[in-house]
Amino acid sequence: MNATVRATAPQTPPSAASALLDVSGVTLQYKTPRHLVTATYRVSFNVHQGDRYVILGPSGCGKSTMLKAVGGFMSPVEGSISIRGRKVDGPGPDRMMVFQEFEQLMPWKTVFGNVLFPMKATKKFPRGEAEARANSVIEKVGLSKFKDIYPHMLSGGMKMRVAIARAMALEPDILLMDEPFAALDALTRRSMQQELLSLWDQLRFTVMFVTHSIEEAVLVGSRVLVLSPHPGRVRAELDASQLDYDAVDKPEFGAMTKRIHDLLFAEPQAAAAKKASVST
Amino acid sequence: MSNLLARPEIEIELTEAGTIGDVERPLSLIERIVTNETFQRFAILVTLLVIWEVYARWLNNSLLFPTFTETITTFWHDIRNGTLVNRTITSLRTLAIGYTLGLLIAGVFTTFAVASGIGTRILSTLTAMFNPLPAIALLPLALIWFGLGTPSIVFVIIHSVLWAVALNTLSGFRSVPETLRMGGRNVGLKGARYVGLILIPAAFPSILAGLKIGWAFAWRTLVAAELVFGVSARSGGIGWYIFEARNELDTATVFAGLLTVILIGLLVESVIFRAIEARTVNLWGMQQ
Repeated sequence: MNATVRATAPQTPPSAASALLDVSGVTLQYKTPRHLVTATYRVSFNVHQGDRYVILGPSGCGKSTMLKAVGGFMSPVEGSISIRGRKVDGPGPDRMMVFQEFEQLMPWKTVFGNVLFPMKATKKFPRGEAEARANSVIEKVGLSKFKDIYPHMLSGGMKMRVAIARAMALEPDILLMDEPFAALDALTRRSMQQELLSLWDQLRFTVMFVTHSIEEAVLVGSRVLVLSPHPGRVRAELDASQLDYDAVDKPEFGAMTKRIHDLLFAEPQAAAAKKASVST
Repeated sequence: MSNLLARPEIEIELTEAGTIGDVERPLSLIERIVTNETFQRFAILVTLLVIWEVYARWLNNSLLFPTFTETITTFWHDIRNGTLVNRTITSLRTLAIGYTLGLLIAGVFTTFAVASGIGTRILSTLTAMFNPLPAIALLPLALIWFGLGTPSIVFVIIHSVLWAVALNTLSGFRSVPETLRMGGRNVGLKGARYVGLILIPAAFPSILAGLKIGWAFAWRTLVAAELVFGVSARSGGIGWYIFEARNELDTATVFAGLLTVILIGLLVESVIFRAIEARTVNLWGMQQ
């Protein structure tokens, strides 16, 4: 058993050297009070500069755990994660996390205070420069008028823009978003996806994005990593850079979602077939 | 099916709102006054005072139940000649010392408690043991340890503040959302900066609740302790003022003392704490 597992150990893709983020052979485990859960098993992938990299999978495929590991909030049992050649061994401002519903905005600080906070906390910029950067990034996301407002008075879309502005101001290497739109209603969700895309058009940041919606993955992502559940293993990595809102009614879009759907849900039969072919 | 399709569509021209009536009508002065909360509270207060006055006059026994006018006259008299003011200042000074020390110790305890799992367990056990213990019950012990005077009162005040504040702060810290914690760690905050910049503001509603409870406990304990042995070397506090007046069977002065206790309680609660709330948790949308 062990031998076969070793034999299927992942091969590092040749492009690893040029990649921004290199995840190779990462197995993640966490403890619940009663069990040791393996969330992902030997997952490898590369994220390049300017990617909108989406990790897609059904619940229980360890996608959020994967994102946390990249964020440095948990360390892999085996394999390694490195960003620009540096090994990830803890949370750091080079990988800014943006959480579900943007709850990480601090209710006790204004929009300006929230954007300024990471720069002050990390002392990456001198005070005057930090304030100037905060102002300019707030302007870029179009919230200058709401600078002195507290987060509880903002709409969901505005909160997202603040959360992104807050992360962008630090000039992180990568932005990590954990199912940012999961708790929203369908209409808000759609407008937020568009908002994210138009922000990306302006700022061209690198973002890694976790979702369980196939449609969202194809629309928002430029590359889609499909994970299988229990534990998460790489099923495919697809190119979705040509498919955005204008492509929703094109056959390519349907074909892509169908393909991902099959990758995710046709797995049991495929695995069964494979098993059968191996045994004969 | 065809029946459903055949139904006519409906579109209605809006009538002028003016023909129905004013869309928005300013309330008359009387309506505004009557629905005003401050006015209502004031009205309740006045009613109670009138009942008090009428009952006391009917009873006509100022030894048992002085009238409101008698009480307020004594109150005013003792404020003018400085007795009541001095007594109140003595009490408040003792209270300030005890309250501040209590908060500091609570701060140290909770910082250690959040730092490690065992610290949390130690603090929860201590709080569970000592929180239900009435501060006044410690007074005999305080007398043995610190003698008659301010140190004993400060000791019992610290006891009454410490556990309430520590309990609330700790539970506040523990209920800080995981996202805020991760957000803080994401930008590399650790140790004291993490506690000061993330945990304390995020847990501020609970901390404030703890401060309020601690204040109420401290004030009660102080007055009660002074009633038991108020007289320190220089002068007694407000509790001693009440006790003295009782010894002289000067009931109006007892009432004036109680009135002072109530007024200070109201003032701290509805002015100081209300102002802190308005500037913090209400402004941040963490409450209401």
